[in-house]
Amino acid sequence: MSLFAKDDAHLVTQGEPLLVETACAKLSARNVNVFYGEKHAIKNVTLDINCNEVTALIGPSGCGKSTFLRCLNRMNDTIDTCRVTGTITLDGENIYTPKVDAVYLRTRVGMVFQKPNPFPKSIFENVAYGPRIHGLTSSRSELESVVLTSLERAGLLEEVSDRLHASGISLSGGQQQRLCIARAIAVSPEVILMDEPCSALDPIATAKIEELIDELQHNFTIVIVTHSMQQAARVSQRTAFFHLGELVECGGTEQIFTNPVHRLTQGYITGRFG
Amino acid sequence: MNSRIPPTPLPSLSIQSAQSLRARIRRRHVAERRFRFYGFAAMFLTLAVLVLVFVSILSKAYTAFQENVLSLTISLDSASIDSTKGSTTGQRNPLTAEYRKLIQTALAGLFPAVTDRHERHLLFSLISEGAPYALRALVTRQQAKIGGDRTVDVLLSDEADQFLKGHITAHVYETERKIKDLQVTWLKELQARGLIHSRFNITLFTAGDSREPELAGILGAVTGSFYLVIVTLSLSFPVGVASAVYLEEFAPRNRITDLIEVNINNLAAVPSVVFGLLGLAIFLNGLRLPRSAPLVGGFVLSLLILPTIIIAARAALKAVPLSIREAALGIGASKMQSILHHVLPLAMPGIMTGTILGLAHALGESAPLLMIGMVAFVVDTPVTLLDPATVLPVQIYLWADSPERAFLERTAAAIVVLLGFLIAMNTIAVMVRIKFERRW
Repeated sequence: MSLFAKDDAHLVTQGEPLLVETACAKLSARNVNVFYGEKHAIKNVTLDINCNEVTALIGPSGCGKSTFLRCLNRMNDTIDTCRVTGTITLDGENIYTPKVDAVYLRTRVGMVFQKPNPFPKSIFENVAYGPRIHGLTSSRSELESVVLTSLERAGLLEEVSDRLHASGISLSGGQQQRLCIARAIAVSPEVILMDEPCSALDPIATAKIEELIDELQHNFTIVIVTHSMQQAARVSQRTAFFHLGELVECGGTEQIFTNPVHRLTQGYITGRFG
Repeated sequence: MNSRIPPTPLPSLSIQSAQSLRARIRRRHVAERRFRFYGFAAMFLTLAVLVLVFVSILSKAYTAFQENVLSLTISLDSASIDSTKGSTTGQRNPLTAEYRKLIQTALAGLFPAVTDRHERHLLFSLISEGAPYALRALVTRQQAKIGGDRTVDVLLSDEADQFLKGHITAHVYETERKIKDLQVTWLKELQARGLIHSRFNITLFTAGDSREPELAGILGAVTGSFYLVIVTLSLSFPVGVASAVYLEEFAPRNRITDLIEVNINNLAAVPSVVFGLLGLAIFLNGLRLPRSAPLVGGFVLSLLILPTIIIAARAALKAVPLSIREAALGIGASKMQSILHHVLPLAMPGIMTGTILGLAHALGESAPLLMIGMVAFVVDTPVTLLDPATVLPVQIYLWADSPERAFLERTAAAIVVLLGFLIAMNTIAVMVRIKFERRW
């Protein structure tokens, strides 16, 4: 525990962005605090997430990176005791105002979860569900083409084209996760949030997902929470390091991994704690 | 940083001798065997009781599915059938013929020696009260049968029937039994002549209740039970599921919700007769609904099984993993959509199992229905939900209370039918559970 000397805990400059604002910040968090009841889970985080880039959130377990991710599409709303202060803007519009409909927000900011969670329905129905409830397609053939395109972009079509009506549960873990990605992109979100999408997968399935993330970043802004620093290094352009609810450091992935500014970051990426 | 602590050595144990170790192991095995035996014995006891119940009911019931009839040759000439009695226009009407007289004449013809008024009365009482009506129905249904002598199966009275089935024996004093010595000799003679045979007792399934056991059936009670279950289902299922969804998905976690939860659980433990009194107070005295009506019975039973359904539905909803809800919310489904499209369908097998078991409970319930007058003697099969009706368990109660010996086997038969329904419902519940087992 000697690494976390008392004075380290508040080293992060309060309120001041740690990064140079770029012209294309898709999502901007300003002084975000999250409380679960009494527990102060996120402390004054200010972070920008750029367009068409992959931003990786890393940090030890319980550091609040998943919590922060879930703030970005107001998924935390479902937790009664959760309270969020500060502002998060999507294309300049604060998503935490009463005017913003959280349900609509989530069609713009989609999410892929840690554990593959396909609906216990057919592969086709899994992907078709989003477009259907949002009325994105007007005909059956249109819906089919959306489903097929989404599956293709998720790199799954080839493997499942002959059994679109098989249950989504019958797929392997990696295929299920790609199905979930296909489901997320079927509603054409602008941002995709990924909460440790590979933690339940084997290395081969992980490699496929990582390839897919590389592909997807051309069309989507991606925020990924990961426990694997190699993964963060491989897939992301920018990395943010969280520790005990605070954003310690944020910068280009290469810079973070080769030349971290902060001792905590250095300690974490070199595996001295975490 | 974790400082490396040198492992502390375990406190030195006295080295157990191989012998004491072996003894320990043996004791453990014996204890384990004993433990297993207790479980087996308990299970065996339960099964034995169950078998005993089934055997005892079935052994009493099976004779009820048979009835004894007498083959009588009755002269159905048109003169006696096409009576003009009661007709002002002089038109002939087979409905008004004196069928009782026809049967009695035929029976007296078999025993020409019986002339005494009292003895003739005894002889005629071997025949069921319902026989003339059955004969009339036969004649009106088959007009072609009119004319000449016809051999017709005439239902025997319940006492004769019980004697022939061996439930009433002639070993007790004549004054202590319903069937008299003379009747016994006549029955034996009829049997010797081959005029008596038994047939399937269809009356049991096609008639309503009756004071005459041989004419009594369970159709009225089964219909009443069916109506009751329909009313109960259509009320308690939507209300129960909606409450469960609200409590599980929407209700804020606070003291009021906790209070409601505790009270729902308490409600499940309230004696059913109390629900009957509640129904009496609210539906009969308050709302002035008719007595003995399946509608009111359904209301009362809905109240009774609502807690069961709510508890089962909440458990089923709780069992749907959070990941499914998050998956739906994550692609922009509203809370309602996530519940209606994903959570409820996944919880449905559990909800249905709970509901079916609740309904089975309602089907076997009698105490609350006594309170709202469903214990009345109802002969007619109910047609609407407001007609007076009774239900199977109450019918069983009524018959079990009747003095006639013949009601005993009918009680058992009604129990068999009720158990059949209950077993069928439980089987459906199990099948639903297996078919739609958790699929995530």
